[in-house]
Amino acid sequence: MSAPALALRQTGSSARPLRVAVPVAVLLALVPLVLPPYGAILLAYGLVMAIGALGFNLLLGYTGLLSFGHSAYFGVGAYAVALMVKYLKVTSMELFLVGAVAASVLITALFGVVCVRYTRIFFGILTLALSQVLWSLAFKFFWVTGGTDGLRVPTPSLFGGLVTGAGDKTAFMSHAYYYYVLIMFCLCVALMWVIVNSPFGMALQAIRDNETRAEFVGVRIWRYRWVAFMVSGVFTGLAGALWVPLNGLTTPDIMHWTFSGEIVFMSVLGGFRSFAGPIVGAIVFNYLKTYAVGYTVYWQLLLGAVLVALVLSLPTGIVGTAGKLAARFQRRD
Amino acid sequence: MSLLVTKDLMKWFGETHAVDHVNFTVKESEVLALIGSNGAGKTTLVNLISGLLRPDGGQILFRNQDVTRQSVHGRIKAGIARSFQLVNLFDQLTALDNVALTIFSRGGKTANLVTLAAGDSAVWDEGHEILRLFGLETKARMLAGGISQGERKLLDVAVAYALRPKLLFLDEPTSGVSTREKAPIMDTVTSVVRSTGISAAIIEHDMDVVFNYSDRIVAMHQGAILADGTPDEIRRNETVTTTLIGTTEAR
Repeated sequence: MSAPALALRQTGSSARPLRVAVPVAVLLALVPLVLPPYGAILLAYGLVMAIGALGFNLLLGYTGLLSFGHSAYFGVGAYAVALMVKYLKVTSMELFLVGAVAASVLITALFGVVCVRYTRIFFGILTLALSQVLWSLAFKFFWVTGGTDGLRVPTPSLFGGLVTGAGDKTAFMSHAYYYYVLIMFCLCVALMWVIVNSPFGMALQAIRDNETRAEFVGVRIWRYRWVAFMVSGVFTGLAGALWVPLNGLTTPDIMHWTFSGEIVFMSVLGGFRSFAGPIVGAIVFNYLKTYAVGYTVYWQLLLGAVLVALVLSLPTGIVGTAGKLAARFQRRD
Repeated sequence: MSLLVTKDLMKWFGETHAVDHVNFTVKESEVLALIGSNGAGKTTLVNLISGLLRPDGGQILFRNQDVTRQSVHGRIKAGIARSFQLVNLFDQLTALDNVALTIFSRGGKTANLVTLAAGDSAVWDEGHEILRLFGLETKARMLAGGISQGERKLLDVAVAYALRPKLLFLDEPTSGVSTREKAPIMDTVTSVVRSTGISAAIIEHDMDVVFNYSDRIVAMHQGAILADGTPDEIRRNETVTTTLIGTTEAR
């Protein structure tokens, strides 16, 4: 085997992931045709959260930075959309996404300058503190943000106005909007795959493994962490922008640190050491939370118990454990 | 001709003068050994030259350019690279990835986040070639954290070498490996260094390694240079033999 071919196999050629991704995307595309509307909408929530968790894991899994403030960027995306509706009367989903990305870039660039100078617990606390600043702004500036009442976001128009939400909202959300979310999900997964397998992604992993050595092979630590912070925040902001039309309302709750904890949990549950872990974790967490809420008023207790049991029994996450089991079966064969 | 010159270089840690007015030179295409007991200031000197520490005084000239205040990145660009006393690798990347990352970084390609690294065949070819030079070709696909200590030592040097430096500092390249492994490691390292014409400054405690592989030896003691000369001159230097080697008998 030639050297480049060997290298392609080692660092992840696009063939193997595509063999997994294409069937999964086809199955996801069939969901609105086989599941009732509620099932498709629930999965749309899961896919949106998966985009956010994917962004979060660029920091945790690939750069070695644990953020407790990603609710802020999710909220920035959601509030950017809501404020565009309130003040600019925008209804186009594409403009929502542009606005959310611009707002996320601005906020993450500013927060990143402060946070990426630190690592470990200092980084985590700083991200948490800054996210709480945004939460309190959303909470207190009620004449702008609606305070605890939040801001309503009507059904948007999609694909430059080609698809509108006039008529049955449930049908729109479970079909047209579901496919919109699915397309964005596929684009985000593909883009993140390229990023983590790019030379930049290798540099991030080098920083994670050994910061001193990374500096001595010429990697500019601060700058690369800052870019990773921004990319991570923008993905999560994009998730917030996709989430808010689905939910119809944004409130300060999504900027609270407890929501950051949920994003952390999604990644840990799925397995932050693998690319697909946060995706699987986000979707599973979304189902667990939804069914726990529907089952009992003590849903937080139930959810907490289930999650503790899952993490203890699957320390490398769902995807990590599945990978280990698959490897064991392969060895037996 | 001198590649590197330090003038009155100083570093203090409180009252301790770790490096005290050191005038140190490395010539073009030489293998130099830096010897001295623990605490003599060898690693501090290398840390100052490579940019890990800031000096409290003095000047560092590399190829007649003042690099005293330059960042680590600037010094790497100028041509200074180093390995570390404790092996410093990216343990969750493969041996090949460790070298390839360095090549990407050297070419300024690590800023690229929208192209798959696997597609740059020139980098991977060079990575394989460097691993072959260091005898690590068969370990290319293994995680750096999973190979033997001797191989990790070689990979540590290979990663620094992948920067294509003009001056390579090697901090105890044979520490922590068995006596049997020392000679093959040094044979490999010095063969690569000599064949490419770069200069190497090796911090080493094993006097067999020092006398067998170096062109020149600089001995340090208590932050200052005690002696500087060829292996024969150092062997005959009574101050060195009594202070560092512990005997007046020439080895």
